[in-house]
Amino acid sequence: MEEFFQQLTNGLAVGGIYALIALGYTMVYGVLKLINFAHGDLFTIGAYLGLTLLVSMGLFDKIGPLPAVILLAVMVMILVAIIGAILERVAYRPLRQSPRLSAVVSALGASIFFQNAIMAIYSPKFLVYPHDILPKTVINIMGLDIPVMRIIMFLTSLVLMLALYFFIQKTKIGTAIRAAAIDQGAAKLMGINVDRVIMLVFCIGPALGGAAGLMVGLYYGQINFSMGWMYGLKAFTAAILGGIGNIPGAMVGGLLLGVIEALGAAYISIAWKDAIAFCVLILILIVRPTGLLGERVAEKV
Amino acid sequence: MKSTNIRYLAFALAMAMCPLFLNAYWTDVFNNVGLYAILALSLNVILGHCGLFHMGHAAFYAIGAYTAAIINTTYGIPVLWIMPLAGILAGVFAMIVARPIIHLRGDYLLIVTIGIVEIVRIALINNVFDITGGANGIFGISRPSVFGFKISKPDHFFYLIWGFAALTIFLLLRLEHSRFGRALLYIKEDEVAAGGSGINVAHHKLVAFIIGAVWAGMCGTIYAAKMTIIAPESFSFAESVILFTIVILGGSGSIPGVILGSFLLVGLPEIFRGLAEYRMLVFGAAMVLMMIFRNQGLLPPGPKNYNVAKMLQAGGAK
Amino acid sequence: MTLLAVDNLSKSFGGLMAVNDVSFEVEKGSIVGLIGPNGAGKTTVFNLITGNYQPNTGTVLFDGDNLVGLPTHTIVEKGIARTFQTIRLFQNMSVLENVLAGAHCRMRSGSIAAMLRTPAQRREEQAAMLQAMTELEFVGLSKEWQNKAKNLSYGNQRLLEIARALATQPKLIVLDEPAGGMNDQETQDLIRLIRAIQDRGITVLLIEHDMGLVMRVCSSLVVLEHGAKIAAGTPAEIQTNPRVIEAYLGADSE
Repeated sequence: MEEFFQQLTNGLAVGGIYALIALGYTMVYGVLKLINFAHGDLFTIGAYLGLTLLVSMGLFDKIGPLPAVILLAVMVMILVAIIGAILERVAYRPLRQSPRLSAVVSALGASIFFQNAIMAIYSPKFLVYPHDILPKTVINIMGLDIPVMRIIMFLTSLVLMLALYFFIQKTKIGTAIRAAAIDQGAAKLMGINVDRVIMLVFCIGPALGGAAGLMVGLYYGQINFSMGWMYGLKAFTAAILGGIGNIPGAMVGGLLLGVIEALGAAYISIAWKDAIAFCVLILILIVRPTGLLGERVAEKV
Repeated sequence: MKSTNIRYLAFALAMAMCPLFLNAYWTDVFNNVGLYAILALSLNVILGHCGLFHMGHAAFYAIGAYTAAIINTTYGIPVLWIMPLAGILAGVFAMIVARPIIHLRGDYLLIVTIGIVEIVRIALINNVFDITGGANGIFGISRPSVFGFKISKPDHFFYLIWGFAALTIFLLLRLEHSRFGRALLYIKEDEVAAGGSGINVAHHKLVAFIIGAVWAGMCGTIYAAKMTIIAPESFSFAESVILFTIVILGGSGSIPGVILGSFLLVGLPEIFRGLAEYRMLVFGAAMVLMMIFRNQGLLPPGPKNYNVAKMLQAGGAK
Repeated sequence: MTLLAVDNLSKSFGGLMAVNDVSFEVEKGSIVGLIGPNGAGKTTVFNLITGNYQPNTGTVLFDGDNLVGLPTHTIVEKGIARTFQTIRLFQNMSVLENVLAGAHCRMRSGSIAAMLRTPAQRREEQAAMLQAMTELEFVGLSKEWQNKAKNLSYGNQRLLEIARALATQPKLIVLDEPAGGMNDQETQDLIRLIRAIQDRGITVLLIEHDMGLVMRVCSSLVVLEHGAKIAAGTPAEIQTNPRVIEAYLGADSE
């Protein structure tokens, strides 16, 4: 039973990461009906930028661990948001009127470009985050030894998700985003600047993805230029699982996928861990393509 | 004779002369181009003609190659004899996996096929059924022979590969100009209209998948025989991406376009070998730029020729 | 003799009853019009007949077979061909290829025969080509056969859809607003064309807003309002039916 709870908490921590990345997929899909294949690579960029800033600025020595991590996260999120906005401007906006699948190919091209750019700039090898900067403390909760970092990671992703949720639900800009997701034409008529909304979505999603990248770097300690591909695919699976275009769905889907994967790796086979997520993806698309929280829509003839 | 036929014949002749002028290294480059061309042509049936965003083609290729490798190394059956079986197994696999997903919308299908090719690769690495040799793969596959003539040198392979490519092009051109080929194009243009015109959309999509898979499976046999060693990373997702890119950049649904795409994506990087690590970087950027400036590809399919006058004469005369 | 019998057909989308308990019959060889104000559910009825939608309840009997649950292509094979309200041609393909799409379901050769180019396959291709050109001649588009569909005028695109439908060799042709976007001259030609289709022994069921056309070509009419049938009868009966007049005036005053 202890094994089960260990895997459960582990799954929730990883699931938080998936959920953060999945939010980027789902928001873009909601507004543009586009799978932003390059989103996983923005996550990787977040991890690499985090490492560069961490090493070059020596923040941990200057201002202590907690302020340093927060400052680092803010910088990474801003930088990745800018890259996301540029991506939208260069690779997607010219294709707004093209067939939908042209944009998909463009997204794929952007993903390949980013991945290889990271490899060319850094290196094809795994890079290591400094490993003595964060507490290794383990706390005991109800007889269960849980690393503090795991809890912090889960809470951080939860806070970011809730912040986004309230931003989308309660603010005027959030309402504009929701309106643009339902009907772009109508939103335009109501005086919403849809171009700006899309730009904003391409800032928020990547910012969250970048934060997730930083968290993975800090938590696991090593990063690789191609890791965004696997994380991206799994986060996308999470978005589909919850119902693509649906923000609470991405959160639920991410956490659920993290748990399914952790339990599957523990009780089925660790070697097949990556395959589990893909099986979930295929099953959900066959059985219920609208996801757990999505609504069915009839195809118009 | 029609001018397109003359062009294909001239291309065939030029290719046939190639080994006379190429050294072993460049012959081998051309062999790779040929293998990719065959694979991309088979993908073109699914992606180019039928418009199905399929990015897991390496899975079918892998099944063919592993079938050949396993049967050859276990029972010593000559590799080329295994070709039909490899094709059939890949086709059966395609039928089983494609049936439940065939109705999915473009981008969903794309992501599912990515999932399938990843599952296949993971299965190969995990030495599924204890026959795939795990991450190390299978080695010691024997060289092929044709009528007792042992194929081992690059220029021997050149004729084997490009001969098979020529056969592929010949058959696929015929397919394109037929009831079946047209049905795929109708489905690509507008599924609802195709169904409303009496075309069995699901059936044709499935058959397109099976044809593409059979061909990729057969091509896998040649690959196994050429390399004598195969391993899971030869069939990674990146391979699927290259094939996908060849079709999209060359010109979806255009056989000359796909051949051109193979030369550009597989052959051209050999000229700039110093820049090899930037190859994929350039591919990525090229995909974005192509979609923005020329989304139909370099050599998009032209209008089909129908010799109506002749047809009407023949039809009216009976 | 009844060719098509729609019985108690209902279809809802979410909470909205788009078609509510609609029944009517189409006599073999007749021209029947389905009319009603915008949003009355006419196109939905068509989509239910052609298998694009599945009804919640009710049956569609065609030539004695129940069509409910059959896929669209099987329904075409059984002899119902359709055109679309929003033109759905294969825009980037030639006019000839568009008509060949209709001939598809009466052909048999598959992928292997195509690769081997068997004699039977070649004969079949020739026959299909001949038939396609004949249908183009019939609707008056034979000169355009090489043109891309998207380069045709709006009216000609409607005619091409009819040619494609006729190439399926239907018993019943279902036309969804065939005169939509046509000028007067084109509408006159269309009336002649619809009568010529009837003369070939093909039954016609159509949706049309052009009342002049409807009154002139249809032998009987079915009127829908808010998804329900409110009247049926000959054009003369419908013109004087108070319920129909109310429905149309009510719709106009909105």
